[in-house]
Amino acid sequence: MQTTAAVTTTRAAEFRAGVKDTFPLVVGAIPFGIIFGAVAINSGLSPVEAGAMSAFVFAGSAQFIAANLIAHSVAVPIIIFTTFVVNLRHALYSAALAPYVKHLPQRWLVPLGFSLTDETFAVVVTYFGKADGSPYKHWYYLGSSVFMYVNWQVCTWIGITAGKIIPANLGLDFAAIVTFIGIVVLSIRERAAIAAVLVAGLFAVLAKPLPNGLGLIVAALCGVAAGVVAEAWLKEARLPQGGERSHE
Amino acid sequence: MNDVILIAGMALVTFSVRYPVLALVGKMSLPTPLRRALSFVPAAVLTAIVVPALLYPASSDHVDISLGNSQLFAGIVAIVVAWRSRNLLLTIVLGMLALWGYRWLFHL
Repeated sequence: MQTTAAVTTTRAAEFRAGVKDTFPLVVGAIPFGIIFGAVAINSGLSPVEAGAMSAFVFAGSAQFIAANLIAHSVAVPIIIFTTFVVNLRHALYSAALAPYVKHLPQRWLVPLGFSLTDETFAVVVTYFGKADGSPYKHWYYLGSSVFMYVNWQVCTWIGITAGKIIPANLGLDFAAIVTFIGIVVLSIRERAAIAAVLVAGLFAVLAKPLPNGLGLIVAALCGVAAGVVAEAWLKEARLPQGGERSHE
Repeated sequence: MNDVILIAGMALVTFSVRYPVLALVGKMSLPTPLRRALSFVPAAVLTAIVVPALLYPASSDHVDISLGNSQLFAGIVAIVVAWRSRNLLLTIVLGMLALWGYRWLFHL
């Protein structure tokens, strides 16, 4: 991750540095925001509802998944629970950032917590890790968050507008599926993750007859369990030789 | 009304995952086994969504692995592109082009 090299010590300078370092990730998020807006209104949400989802939920992959489930008439509690499961990774991000923000008052923690995304985390955790003693690093976080948030709202509205013109039989909802494929394939960095993916895929087919999209939860939990078990096995198999690099 | 509950619920659970840990941790940290398990969550959830979308096109009730399944073809293209290129944007673009190209070619 490229971060601004110079030590910045004013609030405004920290904010600008956060914006600047987040720029490449904002560019990457543009197509997703637009595709989300288009997919959302083709899935049955009204333009206001699609916009509200981006404004109040502000979680790209969870919104994509929700739009997909809405299109398949999955029950509301299942969609909310799926959102929870998909976003659980944010608890990891929060845990990693917490030591750096624990001195801040609630009026800072609430917006910073609300606006935590994969992209902002990636940029901010690198920056917070630098021991340059700047007292305004939370302004850097805020700059990254605000840039991501504004971009996401604008792109969603572009997508909503474009989605009304785009014919439904174009298969635009499939854009979410290829996006997920890319995210999954790129996220596989260890063999245990391959086990998690294969088992989740297998159980997604086996558990499909379950009502209300419950099969999704079952398959995901089986996949996570497979990843944990595989990791334990691999660790055990590795121990005799020792010294193999750890995957983190 | 249902959609309002949906969006409010999604907003609530998302905030409840992000904020409390940020505000409360510092004193405590997540146990390592839980952290390891959570790291598998995104890939497992997304795979559980992707696989049925590829194997059961157009809300049919049985697995379709015939040549008439354009989504399966495009999905395989996307997997190969992602694996070889490590580029998310390229995966999306080529995956969608594969879907449209396949449908156009076979008049699906």
